[in-house]
Amino acid sequence: MTLMNGVNFKPESLNALQKVTLRAVVMSFLFYGLAAIEGMIMRVATVVPDIPPVHGEPEHFFSIMTVHPIVGLFGSTYQLVFAAFMFLVPFLTKKPLYSVKLANVVWLLITIGTAMAWIAAFIWQYAPMYTLYWPLPADTSQFKTIGGIVFILGVALIMFGTFGFIYNIYATIFARVGVHKNKTTKELLISGFGIDGMLNLFHKLTGRPPYTKEPALSLPVVAIFRGTVDTFLDAIVILGAGILVLIYLIADGVGSPLDMAAIDALLYKNWFWWGLDLVADGLVLIYVAGSWYLLATIITGQKLFMENVARAALMLELLVSWMVWSHHLLADQGQPEMMKLVSGEMVTAFELLTQGLALFITLVTLWKARPLKPTMELKYLLGGLVGFGLAVPAGIIQADMAMNRVLHNTQWIIGAHVHIAIIVGLYMTLYSVVYVLWPLVTNNAKLWSSKLSNAHFWLHLIGGIGMGAFMGMAGLDGMLRRHMYFEGEFQTYMILAGLFGSMILLAWVLFMVNIIMSVGLKGLLGIFLPARDSTASYGLEPEPELAKV
Amino acid sequence: MSFSNSLELLSFHWMAYTIYAFIIISVVAWFGYNLTRKEKAKSLVRIPFYGYMAFLVAGGVGHHIFTYNVVPWVSEDITRHEITPDKTFDITIKKHQFLLPQEKMVIECGEKVMFNVVSEDLVYGFGLFRQDHTMVTQMQVNPGSRNDLLWTFNHDGIFNLMSTEYSGPRGNQMFVKNAVEVRGCDKRVAMLEGGRL
Ligand code: HEM
Repeated sequence: MTLMNGVNFKPESLNALQKVTLRAVVMSFLFYGLAAIEGMIMRVATVVPDIPPVHGEPEHFFSIMTVHPIVGLFGSTYQLVFAAFMFLVPFLTKKPLYSVKLANVVWLLITIGTAMAWIAAFIWQYAPMYTLYWPLPADTSQFKTIGGIVFILGVALIMFGTFGFIYNIYATIFARVGVHKNKTTKELLISGFGIDGMLNLFHKLTGRPPYTKEPALSLPVVAIFRGTVDTFLDAIVILGAGILVLIYLIADGVGSPLDMAAIDALLYKNWFWWGLDLVADGLVLIYVAGSWYLLATIITGQKLFMENVARAALMLELLVSWMVWSHHLLADQGQPEMMKLVSGEMVTAFELLTQGLALFITLVTLWKARPLKPTMELKYLLGGLVGFGLAVPAGIIQADMAMNRVLHNTQWIIGAHVHIAIIVGLYMTLYSVVYVLWPLVTNNAKLWSSKLSNAHFWLHLIGGIGMGAFMGMAGLDGMLRRHMYFEGEFQTYMILAGLFGSMILLAWVLFMVNIIMSVGLKGLLGIFLPARDSTASYGLEPEPELAKV
Repeated sequence: MSFSNSLELLSFHWMAYTIYAFIIISVVAWFGYNLTRKEKAKSLVRIPFYGYMAFLVAGGVGHHIFTYNVVPWVSEDITRHEITPDKTFDITIKKHQFLLPQEKMVIECGEKVMFNVVSEDLVYGFGLFRQDHTMVTQMQVNPGSRNDLLWTFNHDGIFNLMSTEYSGPRGNQMFVKNAVEVRGCDKRVAMLEGGRL
């Protein structure tokens, strides 16, 4: 019975904003599971290459590896982050979301786009990896043209969904209604970029009264505003690369292939990594810092420690995130040494500062409010801090000309750095957000089992760290990423990484069981039925003036 | 202190990072425990904010200065255009095949060797590996630009060549057994299967 009806969840009681948020969250967790299953297939194949569906064939192995991050990062992470922010921005600014319809279009575009990319890899084994190094994605001697076209169109849909999200966020932030009725766009912009925080610091240093006592935008909204600048630039770059590949594929398809050498591979790499790194360093670090600040203030009910410094740091992070891409090109001998040194090593090192600052501010805010209840959101937040506490220094270490020579493209990068950052750092933070928002988006639905919540937490944390650690060790012993080994070369590490990986997968299963038992299958279906209440905000008294927007 | 090959550097790194990992996990666990205890724990140390910031900057930048001074291949790499190599090997990669120079790549101990690699189609990698699969060195190989790696070998060994960049499923078989031999040093590194430093 609980399976059908859940504990006390009533989807009919949800308004339009709550429903659209939950729809994206459901899709996100389904895609997460798919990514984890694909991850485990690859994990097992590194020990037993013959397992189905890999069957010992690199074509199959690498097509799974190509869609795994598309499903994980776009289908799941983007979707979850976008859903949370399209709920939080109206909630925090006390204004309605600009358009619920657009929010629905966003999750649909991302879902369909991810599915198309997956189909391209599944049916046609299109496998250029997400890095799309020129001219591999247009190499029709290895890949079928149709596979490439479907994949690129899928990614393009995801990027259009991303533009929809960005538009919705900015249109909501800049809407001069409610508490922002009397604010000018200039005031909102100054606040959005964290400039008011800087001016406050400057005024304090020069002994003047603060520039503003009550900044126009709260700190988490500033982080969302700032991170979204990078999301936009990144989408432009990915879409640009997609169009280029598409032109080449279509030309090939109609029998008049273009000259691959017309595009310089190294220049392309620079341009592509400039954009892609905005997701990795810009987006993750900025969005994550903002989420930590929000969580710390909600969990403690107190103001953030050193808020002005945190605001100013977000501005600094914008500049840092635009100038670090060369750390991906330290093994490229044609890359100018100066760029390796300045962008690849020195500016990148500042990420230690910005992330260390966010960690410090979050911990001190929590510390000042002790004793705190050991809630799930607090535990996950601490897990997120551990994840980035491990993964950021791992990244700083590999962004070094000495280390990169022997770490580039090894399992160290993808294990100790990427999977720990994503699975432990990012997802633990996102789970904390999920636990904080759960009562708000579900109108106080009860969770079915706190035991399962705890089991999920520990399995995910230990599995994530363990898998990253053993992949990292294999990398130090020379195991490449994106390579299929057939002779059992790194078997011990891979078996151990596989055991920990299966803990991550099991954790997801337990989480899903808990969620499904809480909302019930009927409730789950109800989320996707149209909302009776078209309210696009949460926690606001309906005002006729607001309702018009 | 100086690291003469990747094995020494990586085992040092293994130790340092493992210790760090235990410290950061313990610090957050300690916080977690004390955050939720009824009686308020006293801070163990007072960390001055600007001291902590200075520590992070020093750590981030100092780490590069440290490796620059103790790892020989960094300065050699940066100044490679001014160094005359003792030997140069010109290698081409085309259609997922390494086209090696006619003669076997034999290197005498301590020689500075330049590997000039050209790709005629895709982005590849050029990586040398010991018999126990550990990596000696590598670089990316981009079509249309210079890919020159200058390396000094301080230990004997017979190394395999592999592509260290994904170039489509066909790239998985890019492997040349015993492509490079270094001889004349007193020290041998992982010459035999499973052999270690
Ligand atoms: C149970 C969970 C997971 C397991 C077992 C797993 C396993 C793997 C494996 C085996 C690889 C290939 C490594 C290589 O040999 O190069 C990989 C790559 C990758 N994974 Fe995961 N993964 C998991 C979850 C995720 C999630 C949730 C994300 C993102 C949200 C993610 C992002 C990535 C990325 C970006 C790559 C790099 C792919 C490339 O090299 O192009 N993984 N993962």
